[in-house]
Amino acid sequence: MERTDSELVAAVRAGDTAAFEELVREYQPRVFAMARRYARREEEVEDIVQEIFIKAYQRLETYRGEAPFEHWLMRLGVRTCYDFLRAHRRSREHRFADLTDAEEDWLDRFVAEPASAPEDADAARALVQRLLEMLSPKARLIITLLEIEERSVKEIAALTGWSVPLVKVRAFRARQEMRKCLQRLKPDEYV
Amino acid sequence: MARATPPNDHVPYAFERRIMARLADLPATDSWTAWAGMLWRAAAPCLGITLVLSVLTFASGSLGKQEAPLGEALESTVYAALTEPGD
Repeated sequence: MERTDSELVAAVRAGDTAAFEELVREYQPRVFAMARRYARREEEVEDIVQEIFIKAYQRLETYRGEAPFEHWLMRLGVRTCYDFLRAHRRSREHRFADLTDAEEDWLDRFVAEPASAPEDADAARALVQRLLEMLSPKARLIITLLEIEERSVKEIAALTGWSVPLVKVRAFRARQEMRKCLQRLKPDEYV
Repeated sequence: MARATPPNDHVPYAFERRIMARLADLPATDSWTAWAGMLWRAAAPCLGITLVLSVLTFASGSLGKQEAPLGEALESTVYAALTEPGD
């Protein structure tokens, strides 16, 4: 019979380290999917996931069991991803010249007639990824959680540990930052 | 469009084994080690604050202008809350 998360956590706390492997096996697909939102290279993704589970093991004593284990783990994951973004701030000096022909073409079509630009185009996806990478860690985290994962402000506050008003302020600033990044990619012409 | 394409949730083969191996390699940390680590991390900010305060104190010249001896000044500060305004 399969053990519940609470039983597995209790077993790990009692010294049964092998029980933690069951928890890892259960939640690793979700944690991998989350980490891939913030890191592109697969080695980085694996490092993030590994760090999340090691932190979870080390801090298991702090899990009080009031919320589901998954929520606790995801909160830990979001904070680890945020730390990763802060530690790996890449050069954000992208310019229009950095755009590929396909991306440039898609952006031209989108600006001329938004409805005609195909939403599923690879160029569009690459452009969104490029824009996200230009954002500051805070802005990227907020845009990802709010706009891409479509989480509520309250959920984001619980995940990040920030207050609800702070999440709202940071979301507002993040949108402004994104607009500026787009301006930097296509100066003069758009936005 | 980013919403429509959720990230891949593929897990590398036997990844959980890798995590368990890493956990086995981790050094056991007792509460004293953790406490010492926290103290060590707090040392640098404390030193910085002490330096800044020292510089500010000397820069303002408050030590040179001191009229009352240090003992008296300390006493009046400590008893300030208990002293009547007319005293």
